Amino acid sequence: MTKFAIGQTVHRLEDPTLLQGKGCYTDDLRPQGAAHAFVLRSPHAHALIRGIDTTAARQAPGVIAVLTGQDVKADDLGTMPCIVPVKNHDGTPRGETPRPVLALDRARHVGDPVALVVAETYHAARDAAELIEVDYEPLPAVADVYGAAQPGAPLVWPEIKQNIVADLHLGSKEAADAAFARAAHISKIELVQNRLVANPMEPRAAFAEYDPATDRSTLHTSSQSVALLRAHIGDIVLKIGDKLRVRSGNVGGAFGMKAMMHPEQPMIVWASRRLKRAVRWTGDRSEGFLTDVQGRDHKVFAELALDKDGKFLAVRATVYAGMGAYLSQFAPMIPQSVHSMMPSVYAFEAAHLHLIETVTNTVPVDAYRGAGRPEGIYVTERLIDIAARELKIAPDELRRRNFIKPSQFPYTTAAGLVYDSGDFEGLQAKALKEADWAGFPARKAASEARGKLRGIGLTMYVERCGGAAPPDSVALKVNKDRVLVLPGTVDNGQGHMTVLKQLVSEYLGIDMEKIDVSQGDSDANPFGLTGGSRFAVVTGTAAGIAAKEVVDKGMEQAAKMLEAAAADIEYGDGDYKVKGTDRKATLFDVAGAAGGIEALHIKNTGALTFPNGCHIVEVEIDPQTGVTRLERYTIVDDFGRALNPMLLLGQVHGGTVQGIGQALLEHAVYDNESAQLLTGSFMDYAMPRADDVPSFNTTFHHTPCTTNPLGVKGAGEAGSVGAPPAIINAIVDVLHAKKGIKHIDMPATREKVWRALNG
Amino acid sequence: MSVKVSMNVNGKAVSAEVPERTLLVSFLRETLNMTGTHVGCDTAQCGACTIHLNGRAIKSCNILAMQAEGGNVTTIEGLANADGTLHPMQEAFRQNHGLQCGFCTPGMVMSAVDLVKNTPKPTEEQIRELMDGNICRCTGYHNIVKAIAAGATSMAANP
Repeated sequence: MTKFAIGQTVHRLEDPTLLQGKGCYTDDLRPQGAAHAFVLRSPHAHALIRGIDTTAARQAPGVIAVLTGQDVKADDLGTMPCIVPVKNHDGTPRGETPRPVLALDRARHVGDPVALVVAETYHAARDAAELIEVDYEPLPAVADVYGAAQPGAPLVWPEIKQNIVADLHLGSKEAADAAFARAAHISKIELVQNRLVANPMEPRAAFAEYDPATDRSTLHTSSQSVALLRAHIGDIVLKIGDKLRVRSGNVGGAFGMKAMMHPEQPMIVWASRRLKRAVRWTGDRSEGFLTDVQGRDHKVFAELALDKDGKFLAVRATVYAGMGAYLSQFAPMIPQSVHSMMPSVYAFEAAHLHLIETVTNTVPVDAYRGAGRPEGIYVTERLIDIAARELKIAPDELRRRNFIKPSQFPYTTAAGLVYDSGDFEGLQAKALKEADWAGFPARKAASEARGKLRGIGLTMYVERCGGAAPPDSVALKVNKDRVLVLPGTVDNGQGHMTVLKQLVSEYLGIDMEKIDVSQGDSDANPFGLTGGSRFAVVTGTAAGIAAKEVVDKGMEQAAKMLEAAAADIEYGDGDYKVKGTDRKATLFDVAGAAGGIEALHIKNTGALTFPNGCHIVEVEIDPQTGVTRLERYTIVDDFGRALNPMLLLGQVHGGTVQGIGQALLEHAVYDNESAQLLTGSFMDYAMPRADDVPSFNTTFHHTPCTTNPLGVKGAGEAGSVGAPPAIINAIVDVLHAKKGIKHIDMPATREKVWRALNG
Repeated sequence: MSVKVSMNVNGKAVSAEVPERTLLVSFLRETLNMTGTHVGCDTAQCGACTIHLNGRAIKSCNILAMQAEGGNVTTIEGLANADGTLHPMQEAFRQNHGLQCGFCTPGMVMSAVDLVKNTPKPTEEQIRELMDGNICRCTGYHNIVKAIAAGATSMAANP
């Protein structure tokens, strides 16, 4: 019997298909007779739409329909929802930014959809879109998250004063102020969390089919949650309820962005229902840059208060967080995590955040890998390095003095989170050893002998994964020879199918080969979301509970078959056995006799996990060119327990390189006057490539999580949290030694580094 | 205007009437329904569409179908052996977890095979430098680099 117990490296079962080009991503669906859609977008960041003349486009060859905001209005479609309520500190609710599927009378960012052309071919649709005459009246625009909140800035929404859509305080201002009042030392920083583009390699795509017999639509789309899309598109925007089914096949990367509804998804279903015909749309990369929800975009002013012994007292920050032109699905919630993460792995008395969320004439911002946790950790870990330098305490020593200790768990942080487990001091010590921290001076001297500058940077990180909303479901269906697992999550490349088979194989004691996994169909997988590093914690646990339900449900049938009392029967290794005898029946025999056994578990306990770790980076800078190479990169992580170490490390590598991208390369840059995106392609927006990044030295320092039965902590975003502060700390190590420079903003491009060294 | 295009794809002669502006990648995906070759950008940067034309790796989004007239094209669908066993480079990607979402993978593998053909014993540095025309957003390249080194060894052992 081949059993793949939890904790072993199992090669992915997904791979042979994907390696031969046999995957099925949304644009690989080849529906017979489907029409093609092309979206005409605003070239202006801010403009009134005085009129749209579609006459010529409608008459162009092959054109089936041209739809505009007037049709959206006539069909009474709902607006795209932001599902996060926020109460301002003065008690009023946050501002509203109703976002129609197609712009009505005003475009608010470059790329805002203005018209939809449906034609027999893609080229016919695209050519016809050029014949549409839009009468725009351009208006002044604003792109800068901080500038938008200053008096006199152009208003994105006339109703939203100073472009401030939400203004709130998190944590106790009084407690933080009191701690700062008695501080022996205060360190300060002003920094930017550079705006990022998620850029999964598969662009967004949507394809809608319509079945006149049932009046039902099926939307095939690359997503992280068929359940949320079904609810938001079906119930809120198109108001057709469960006449909508949403399906996702292979998803070519997502990173938070594909958790969000984008206008094209309801738009394509709507067009398909109007035309009673299948319609496909696949965005190109340029459209992705102009329309995919982006990440980060903060302007931060922060301070750290310490006592005379270098003990942390409090951390506080004022953060201006960009929301873009419209509030996306989860947008106002994301920067709130800055507050919950600011205490990091340290014993603080207080943490306070004044969060000012502003709208600008830019693409909406929402969750991108890390989603608020990298931003929070970056603030604190940069402040600690600044304080260490000012107080002449080694950065590892200053951290050591302030770690939450293992004996203190469960520990309530200054931001109110309850950490269950961890060994921060032990983990840092292991990382220092793995990185040969003590050997750095010799390597620095060797670099200098070659005319290069070498710096070292350390960061600790912790993040928050799991949590209540939305619930995730797992259904198990057992028949006479197979087990079918139906998770509510959607795999985006993580290897969910392999891990679910490992888990269910162990839970039920049956071969992996007898287990099937089916995902990505809102009819069959009604609850769930891939996101927030939740899969192992939430879906993994839910699968265990569903497995136990299956075993319990089969007990009565087993008792009948084995002619024994249920109390005398035990389950193990795929068999029901009468205790103390050799009488047994397999799960499949029992399920077959019972006509199948099914269990559905919906997990919504709200239990959190706190993965944590340490990144240590050594950079080598060429002072003549500013080229910054990552020479040594050490990562030690505490994920509680590894379900599949190979896949787990894959998440660490990928997350870390996205963090490296943020630290060194990536930046969505908007022109301040026109709010045009200046980095709108892979020619201008620097994605990390193989020769930009190193190989990694990775080690685990697991302490089991106590809030879930598997003992696991979420791992998907960890790397993206650790990398930015470690790298910037290492670069500033060089810049401070040479030039007394206290901080350099991300991305620390070679030009920026060169200017810092030669300015 | 339409034009008739004929070429050999994975050992099979194919021919079709397509608009002149049809890119080779669209000819493969839309006309031939061979969807293993992917489109990840519109500026010839990402390399997801990499195929072999007349024995050389090229980005199939960057030439017109009619420029490949009479050519020999190999796509990811044509790389595995006839008996279904994976090409050594495909197998190396599988063994080393060199893929996650799989979208960049066909282009990565086609580039990697070409890399090893031209540089049979590549160092890590060479692999990283020579693969800079292929972008992956999931793996952080660590395991792709390992996979290509392993694939090179395996290709040398099974020429």
